[in-house]
Amino acid sequence: MVIGIGVAVTLLVPLVPLFQPYMIQFAMLWVLILMALTWDILGGQMGYNSFGNVIFVGVGMYTTAVVQREMFFGAEYASVAGQSSLSLVDYLTGLGIGMGSGAILSVALAAFLGSGILALRGHYFAICTLGLGVAAGELASGWDYIGAGSGLVTPLPPDGVGESSTFFYYVFFVLVVITFMLLRWLYSCRFGLAINAIRDDEDKAEAMGLHTTRYKVVAWCVAAFFLALTGGAFGNLMVFIDPTETAFAGATFGVWMVLMAVLGGKGRLWGPVIGATVFHVLQETFWTYLFGWQRVALGLLIVAVVVFFPLGIVGWVRERFAHRFGEAVDPAARTEQVTLGDGT
Amino acid sequence: MTVILRVENVRKTFGGVVANNDVSLDVQAGSITGLIGPNGSGKTTLFNSIVGFHPIDGGEIWFGEKKLSHRLTPEIARMGLLRTFQQTRIFGNMNCVRNMQIATPHANDSFRTMFSRFPKAVTEKAEHLLEFVGLYSKRNLLAGDLSFGQQKLLEFAMALMNEPKMLLLDEPTAGINPTLINGLIDRLRRAREEFGITLFVIEHNMRVIMNLAEQIFCLAYGELLAEGPPEQIQNNQRVIDAYLGAG
Amino acid sequence: MGDLQILIDAPIFSVQLLLDGLLIGAIFALVAYGLALEWGVTNIINIAQGDLVILGGYVALTVYHLGVHPLFGVPIAAAVLFCVGWLIYRTVLFRVIDRDLFTSILATFGISILLQQLIDKVYGADVQTAEANLGTLFLFDNQITLSNIKLVAFVVVLACGGLLLWFLKRSRTGQAIRATAQNARAARIMGIDTEHVYSMTVAINAAICGAAGALVVMVWVIQPFIGLAYTIRSFMIVVVAGIGNLGGVLAAGMGLGVAEQFAGFLLGAEFQIGFVFALLVVILVVRNLRLARKREYLH
Repeated sequence: MVIGIGVAVTLLVPLVPLFQPYMIQFAMLWVLILMALTWDILGGQMGYNSFGNVIFVGVGMYTTAVVQREMFFGAEYASVAGQSSLSLVDYLTGLGIGMGSGAILSVALAAFLGSGILALRGHYFAICTLGLGVAAGELASGWDYIGAGSGLVTPLPPDGVGESSTFFYYVFFVLVVITFMLLRWLYSCRFGLAINAIRDDEDKAEAMGLHTTRYKVVAWCVAAFFLALTGGAFGNLMVFIDPTETAFAGATFGVWMVLMAVLGGKGRLWGPVIGATVFHVLQETFWTYLFGWQRVALGLLIVAVVVFFPLGIVGWVRERFAHRFGEAVDPAARTEQVTLGDGT
Repeated sequence: MTVILRVENVRKTFGGVVANNDVSLDVQAGSITGLIGPNGSGKTTLFNSIVGFHPIDGGEIWFGEKKLSHRLTPEIARMGLLRTFQQTRIFGNMNCVRNMQIATPHANDSFRTMFSRFPKAVTEKAEHLLEFVGLYSKRNLLAGDLSFGQQKLLEFAMALMNEPKMLLLDEPTAGINPTLINGLIDRLRRAREEFGITLFVIEHNMRVIMNLAEQIFCLAYGELLAEGPPEQIQNNQRVIDAYLGAG
Repeated sequence: MGDLQILIDAPIFSVQLLLDGLLIGAIFALVAYGLALEWGVTNIINIAQGDLVILGGYVALTVYHLGVHPLFGVPIAAAVLFCVGWLIYRTVLFRVIDRDLFTSILATFGISILLQQLIDKVYGADVQTAEANLGTLFLFDNQITLSNIKLVAFVVVLACGGLLLWFLKRSRTGQAIRATAQNARAARIMGIDTEHVYSMTVAINAAICGAAGALVVMVWVIQPFIGLAYTIRSFMIVVVAGIGNLGGVLAAGMGLGVAEQFAGFLLGAEFQIGFVFALLVVILVVRNLRLARKREYLH
């Protein structure tokens, strides 16, 4: 019921004239939620804190743009870039095929990298993925085929699409819903339990015979899949892809996704969603009132959240109001003595 | 009787320290076998070698017809040879029932089972086994909130849930409330009788191990000192010397 | 790879790269030793390490702009950064020191962003350098040029390392630091004020970074946003050499310096930073694979 109303409201938002100028911000909110949700698969549920998930965003973004370029423009792309010369069908086909191949490529990359990198534990994994993200950005900045440091322009959406921010608002919203439902299902089945077990004690999970590597790689592939789709659409929304500012944006999205998940509550399904929303509102406020100082404020915010608010919003609320969530345990069960009959 | 676990001339060193030297022993299928020895005599190292926690430097280990020497821990666990830890290890941020659920056997896991829910039978079995070790009333508590002794019982229940052929227990009674020890001995016996699990037990509590085991091996300074039934071990002068620090 | 031909045709040029790499690498080693010290004692991996280096560079640059010879910037930057480090511990790190490693990594990540953005606000994003004007050495019939400041910097690095070693071995605080590194709880029981030890360690590490940064600004360039590369370099060096192995750290640092010079020359300067980060990934994975054969993993 509540969810139904929520979905209806969300679908109607673009129709309200008052919100029209802010559609890009609303679309952005979905992007951030997608990033936080997918980060939390590894970071929150599996205990593998990645700073490098942006590589999947970047791979999806570039693949989509390159596929669009090669399908419809080819060599003379540079001269027509930035002009709306595609029919609606062509545009949607290109976008769809591009995003699809981006997702496939990302999943393949996650499987390949994952089998080596996910064997690293704890902070080694965190720092290794940090290096991975930056290395990917530097590589893209030097690779001429994808425009190197001067970036890549995606085709402009044709008129039939309508306002492009509204179009992508719906695209991202559908993605968020699919991701959220899928994760809810994943966390409730054996997969969710297994990655939680890996988070709590990986050696014990191995000693119980769990296929830990398989679970870890699949978890990263799921994250990579949705991040690539997000990236593919996001590149088209931005129209211009910069290698280190939009695609492999470790210094912005790479850090934000961690911050959003921690702020909302790591390892909780709703945590990243709420964290991303709060962060987006905060960030837009910084942008307006702290002109020029927003990045400084971001650094302060990270430190403050980590130091003073490690449980995150959802974690804190659930601890504070445990009985509301049916999580409070009968105190008798806590204190009751264990007895074992002698069997005699 | 058939031999389920055969350790042949196993040697393990850490840097220059010899933790196990030329250890050979056989464990009979369906038995409860004890492993004793003073602190630092290499008991836990031997367990770690058997379940593939670290590679061995020499010798061979056989589990039934299969050679274990170069296999990895998860693989060995899926073959039905499981161990519990001296410093109990459970999944602290999950409740007891979930701890039990994830402990189901993984030998037949596939990509399909990865995304399936646990059948009702698994949950029922989990609750039944929690009842078996006296933790049923605490089944919805986070495992990390249990006391050390209760975690030890939970770990034992998780091991049973995994349906192993053989279970290596590292000091099952350490940290357990003394009033529960008789009950635990009973549970260990029933694990063998009702579930058909061969038990190989490290234990410092002599009363427990003499009561429980049919065959006992004694390690000292990384080498096998003595073997035999409890009465024989109890009266073995070399074992007594090892424990009292002589010789 | 066309540049490879140059190296084959003029082998003397690789001597140039080698010398540059060794001398720069020594500075990396100094920063890495600071990182290892903080890691070993407080169990915190300081992501802001590189940004402290850059901050040290800007302090020295300020001194230079005031008309003082930039070499005096080394002790001044060290002193200023010592205070900064102490402040960082007293305001932030002491709250995360007992928590899990990810918390401290994220906290220092936040500090890193904060520092680089503040530097950017104060000094701007331009690439800057301080001219030491110590002249240049010409070797092998002028085929190799070596600015004297690089040699001086190398000597300063060795002096700093020696000083640090002497401090840790001889002084009471140094001994307390080493005791805490081995076993913090035991040290506490023996009456060592571990809080004081931690804050001193973080401050000393920052001072090392400050000195290193002052050298970097003279022999190379600084820019607000290149700090992370220094963090990654030092982390890599420590992973290869191990914590608390000064000789190994120096060797690994110089090795990295040389590798970077050659990579920058052969792949093109625009790939030099990318090379550093990619090398980190390769080193971590390879090391982990080698350990996995012993069924261990990086601790």
